[in-house]
Amino acid sequence: MKYRSVFDIIGPVMIGPSSSHTAGAARIGRIARKLFNDCPDRVEVTLYGSFAQTYRGHGTDVALAAGLLGFDASDPRLPDALTIAAGQRMAVSFNADTETQVEHPNMARLHLTKGDNVLDLVGASIGGGKIEITEVDGFSISLSGSNPALLVLHRDKYGAVAEVAGLIAKYEMNISYMEVARHEKGHVAMMVIQTDEEIGEGLATEISALPNMLNVAVLS
Amino acid sequence: MFRTVEELVGLAQDRNLPVSEVMIQTEIETTGKSYADIFSRMADNLDVMEKAVQRGIHEEIRSHSGLTGGDARLLQKYLSSGRSLSGDVLLDAVSKAMATNEVNAAMGTICATPTAGSAGVVPGTLFGLVRKLQPSQEQMVRYLFTAGAFGFVIANNASISGAAGGCQAEVGSATGMAAAAAVELAGGTPSQSAHAMAIALGNMLGLICDPVAGLVEVPCVKRNAIGASTAIVAADMALAGIQSKIPCDEVIDAMHQVGRMMPAAFRETAQGGLANTPTGKKLKDKIFGQAARSSVLDNR
Repeated sequence: MKYRSVFDIIGPVMIGPSSSHTAGAARIGRIARKLFNDCPDRVEVTLYGSFAQTYRGHGTDVALAAGLLGFDASDPRLPDALTIAAGQRMAVSFNADTETQVEHPNMARLHLTKGDNVLDLVGASIGGGKIEITEVDGFSISLSGSNPALLVLHRDKYGAVAEVAGLIAKYEMNISYMEVARHEKGHVAMMVIQTDEEIGEGLATEISALPNMLNVAVLS
Repeated sequence: MFRTVEELVGLAQDRNLPVSEVMIQTEIETTGKSYADIFSRMADNLDVMEKAVQRGIHEEIRSHSGLTGGDARLLQKYLSSGRSLSGDVLLDAVSKAMATNEVNAAMGTICATPTAGSAGVVPGTLFGLVRKLQPSQEQMVRYLFTAGAFGFVIANNASISGAAGGCQAEVGSATGMAAAAAVELAGGTPSQSAHAMAIALGNMLGLICDPVAGLVEVPCVKRNAIGASTAIVAADMALAGIQSKIPCDEVIDAMHQVGRMMPAAFRETAQGGLANTPTGKKLKDKIFGQAARSSVLDNR
């Protein structure tokens, strides 16, 4: 089931005007910022489908910038996000691709850079402010962002998954959903782990310290 | 856990509980959070809704484009003249639905129910019924859980996205949710709630999403307004004992099917319907063309 909580239907509390084009866009931007774990110098955004057609009217660009600044969808600073981003020297550019046929009517690809640090992410806004992250750095994943989640980039070595799962068990937490995506055997892989409980900093730090871990991001 | 309206009504009848209570207990089961936490979070949402309504009917609201704002106040003024044709309850609800969407269009704070574009129907209907039914705060919070329960079924079996299913999926869903919740607020049964939703949503089938200039303003604000009136009328019909011949779940499936067959021009792309009329296109050019924003305001 796509929607699990009554607060997906009655909620979120947000700045208007559109849950899919404003709140959903802010959430996609915010997840990108959290996974990037730094303030990017440059973000290139490509908009698809209805996002591409109507982004100016809905403030989709403003909302994505707000998310990239780390604001949530109810942050009163949201309407001024483009100005604030410019003030923080975060250059955000928008490109509307009305040609490419996409799976979901509201999709955006975000390419974040700062020096050597690069993140490429694809998100879809599926209605009522709910989103789905469908791709991170070329890994096809499925992440709703409505449950607490861990994204772990790691070397594709035996035991890596078991050690992470073991640590989660140590914290007496339950995994509600998990997937592992990779391009090639033996190289780099990505674990997506959703949990029932909130994920604390302690767990994230312990996972980072495990062998073979390259990057750990927490979504709460 | 329930997947369909039939299961939802069945659970309520078997346990002899209102739909709102089934929703709260389901939320406790799926999230592990406490009754008090869940209830107070919904009470916070109610506060946000009430503030948006109050802003819309008392303050001078204008969207950035200048397309919307001020109509909720016009309606309140007209209401106080005592000349209303459709009656005080209905028109008050309509005005309060508009108030919410006017605040939304002006980038104010609202609570999506189920979306921002359709955020006016559920609170508009509720606050329109307050004077007549005099509900307690608990009953008002419960109204939102009931609306949420029915919306939950629609969202999981069809869609609440205008880009996916047109306006029937947004204002249509909101109208069905509000109708069902109004029935419980007025003391009706879970089965009557289901009939009210089926009657309301059935009446909205085929409604396209055609925002002028791509903005959540024209015709969204007025569609929410009339959605609230439809919700109250559908609730009254169900409370009178009128049944929908087509079961609620089948109406939801029909809405989903209609949405899938709907051309992209009618699904929030601003390429069809009112957005594609000569005046709709002119307004778009004015807002996003060379003309300054102030000229749009002047021409209102």
